[in-house]
Amino acid sequence: MQVAITVNGVVHERDVDPRTLLVHFLREELDLTGTKIGCDTSQCGACTVQLDGKVLKSCTLLAVQADGAEVTTIEGLAENGEHHPMQTAFWENHGLQCGYCTPGMIMASAAFVRDNPGASEGEIRHYLEGNICRCTGYHNIVKAVKQVADAAAGA
Amino acid sequence: MSTRIFGSGIKRREDPRLITGEARYTDDIKLPGVLHMAVVRSPYAHANIVSIDSSAAEAMDGVVAVYTGDDLEGLAGLPTAWLIPDSDLKTPEHPALAKGKARYVGDGVAIVLAGDRYQAQDAADAVVVEYEELPAVIDPEEAAQEGAPLIHDDVEGNIAFKWAPFDKEASDAVFEAADVVVSERILQQRLLPTAMEPRSAMAQYNPATAELTLWCTSQNPHIHRFIISAVTGLNENKVRVIAPEVGGGFGSKIPCYPDEALVSWAAMQLGVPVKWTETRSENYLITIHGRDHVQHVDMAASSDGKILGVRATVYAGMGGYLSTAAPGIPTILHGLLYVGPYTIDSVYCESIGVMTNGTPTDAYRGAGRPEATFLLERMIDNVAKKIGMDPAEVRRKNLIPAFEDGYDVAAGLTYDSGDYPVAFEKALGMAGYGEFRRQQKSAAAQGRYLGIGVTAYTEMCGLGPSQVAGAVGFQGGLWESATVRVTPTGKVQALIGASPHGQGSETTLAQIIADELGFAVDDIEVIHGDTTETPMGWGTYGSRTTPVTGAALAKASQKLKEKAKTLAAHLMEASEDDIEYADGSFSVKGSPDQTQSIQDVALMAHLAWNMPEGMDPGFEESQFYDPPNFVFPFGTHIAIVEVDSETGEIELQRYIAVDDCGPQINPEIVAGQIHGGVVQGIAQALCEGVIYDENGQLLTGTMMDYCMPKADMFPNFELGETVTPSPHHPVGVKGVGETGTIASTPTVYNAVLDALAPLGVEQIDMPLTSAKVWQAIQDANGGGS
Repeated sequence: MQVAITVNGVVHERDVDPRTLLVHFLREELDLTGTKIGCDTSQCGACTVQLDGKVLKSCTLLAVQADGAEVTTIEGLAENGEHHPMQTAFWENHGLQCGYCTPGMIMASAAFVRDNPGASEGEIRHYLEGNICRCTGYHNIVKAVKQVADAAAGA
Repeated sequence: MSTRIFGSGIKRREDPRLITGEARYTDDIKLPGVLHMAVVRSPYAHANIVSIDSSAAEAMDGVVAVYTGDDLEGLAGLPTAWLIPDSDLKTPEHPALAKGKARYVGDGVAIVLAGDRYQAQDAADAVVVEYEELPAVIDPEEAAQEGAPLIHDDVEGNIAFKWAPFDKEASDAVFEAADVVVSERILQQRLLPTAMEPRSAMAQYNPATAELTLWCTSQNPHIHRFIISAVTGLNENKVRVIAPEVGGGFGSKIPCYPDEALVSWAAMQLGVPVKWTETRSENYLITIHGRDHVQHVDMAASSDGKILGVRATVYAGMGGYLSTAAPGIPTILHGLLYVGPYTIDSVYCESIGVMTNGTPTDAYRGAGRPEATFLLERMIDNVAKKIGMDPAEVRRKNLIPAFEDGYDVAAGLTYDSGDYPVAFEKALGMAGYGEFRRQQKSAAAQGRYLGIGVTAYTEMCGLGPSQVAGAVGFQGGLWESATVRVTPTGKVQALIGASPHGQGSETTLAQIIADELGFAVDDIEVIHGDTTETPMGWGTYGSRTTPVTGAALAKASQKLKEKAKTLAAHLMEASEDDIEYADGSFSVKGSPDQTQSIQDVALMAHLAWNMPEGMDPGFEESQFYDPPNFVFPFGTHIAIVEVDSETGEIELQRYIAVDDCGPQINPEIVAGQIHGGVVQGIAQALCEGVIYDENGQLLTGTMMDYCMPKADMFPNFELGETVTPSPHHPVGVKGVGETGTIASTPTVYNAVLDALAPLGVEQIDMPLTSAKVWQAIQDANGGGS
């Protein structure tokens, strides 16, 4: 099937097998390998992208369902060569170790804070249920997200 | 004097590529013309393979080849590389694809090579295998009983080994004479390591040069090269193993697996690159599991709380085959830890390695040491209860006093250094232990159940002296090597044989070099994970990269500094005795204007225009480092929980961790290791656990069914530290990768059982899910609701 999907501001027209998952489309067709696959069952959130601004697990959507949509992946989060504040916060707060969950964590957290400036620690911990990290024990991830949430509330 | 970079919590040098998605993990790497491999796996835990019909699969779109176990000519079985002496060890054959019989659900039966991963999986589903199902056994204690299904014809009674190195008569005498003996059957349930990056392997073979390159998710590419060379028959110098970015391991990426051998073999057969990446369900079926002990434990004590002895019979489930290091885990890494930080004079351990129809087990974070620490700490709480003494007081009474350079314990180890009482009292102070006990009483009066758990621990890591490795049957050395190479423009490449995969070693190791030589951290690249680019090393596991590789780098840097000093003296026409060094700059005593920076010296060493007599050109040093002993980090962890007696739900209210890993190179990275380790250990206590049904089917085969810890299960952790340098290490550091996992499981378990004590609950098998806690409360109150 023919699809036209805008990814990180660039329109990509492709003929795809209808069963192709969006995450495979991003990784295999477009070589945007920053989006990861961690579980196949929509628990881990390593494949999280933003679709028309909404947080979405790209292993749960067919590429054809994204036809006409605008997708942002981790590769498209920085603007004008500057890290997104969430990327900076993860770096500054040691919010990552092996880095495999990190793109999904950052994509989910960036959208969460955008919609919930000033979110409390409890709200952040609850929200992050959809993203699994095996390395950090979440402590510094929560710290990073809180830093951005606090800054967003103060702006 | 400027601030030392050693000890500074600088940002990680790894992170820019990771936070932008630019890092390349194995599955992210593409080669033109690559074929994808899918594996047909046994749906039965134990079954004879009657026939395999691949004709339909072979006819499908994109399919290039299908191979079964009988086709794997020239590919040897996977070796076991930890051959425990004096244990009557059997090492059953482990072919890369099952021949004749499948021994666990997920055992590979055939492989399909096709143009893309969808085609490969479709064709794998079309391979028709006829099985004759056999009775299966999962529980290791059951598998060791007479009449249990026999899994390997050459492993009689399913007993792969029996290890019992201690004096049984002496132990029995201690128990016979003791005032108090407490006993418990402890289940160390199977766990799924669950590195977030599933395993992946891609091989490329060049027939003209007979060279094989294997990219794979490895914690130890040099060991992978060794084993891949052995199983394929290629010379080791014709095998290049690359571990690119690796997304966590926790032990599960130490072993060499069938899949890595299969992609290598298939690439050699077909002359095109071959790639395989497991799905998470595959990962849960075939990547090693951890723990799986059934332990019968006794502790002897005097009526005033002196611990006199500990003994255990351990049935350790090995799964369907013996994985690479599996026999070493419930033996050397377990029984030698039965003293912990206590003055226990008598230990006995009989560890029985049992083949079962489960997934093979092997090293999972902590590997043997969490299972030892748990049984000690659990039994100490049982002693405390029996004699009516506070459990913290029992621990205090038995802690080994401070020592700086060597302490021999009954289990045969010599601990390097420790000050357990200081860490213990610090943790109790942070927790407000006495005050908590008062709060607990008043809460109980209101029908609220609060509990506290305290664990004092030490563990051996920084594996380890190679002579010891040899003596205990490890089929390798345990030294590390490193090269510090300075370019003419004064930039550093540090090449290491170890292979970090999330630990932040590119940062901490650079901090060691920067501290020794005065280079800016940003001018130091730590290069790892490629057997052709890096010197030999045994890998990253056992909390050994900072202690062992770090020592190699420190010593290589010190050698460079000596050379630099001699050359600087020569260039400044001064006596070496008059050379002073500070912050990467050499100067002559009394004439501070005359200086040579380390960069100046590096350039002059490369130009070699004006060298002292006998000095070789270049600015590079290598160091092999074999540690004289293990390192023994230690500390005390405390958990405070509240249990809802109506629902069985557990709220973890506070978690305090005081750890001593010697001087901290980067406190933020140390804290991160502790946070992550603590969560993994708490999850064992509270929610994680593999469940098989009676036929050996894995019921926890996806993340929907296996309880991974989530962010909202935890409070912010309260960390404290003490600093006791290792006397034998060049910069005093100890490992910290596993301490959190080792200490936290018993801490939280004991806290929950402390909370449940007024309700009469004495024991619950882990994990302490709310359903099990609720049921235990009902049972304690007269059986059933």
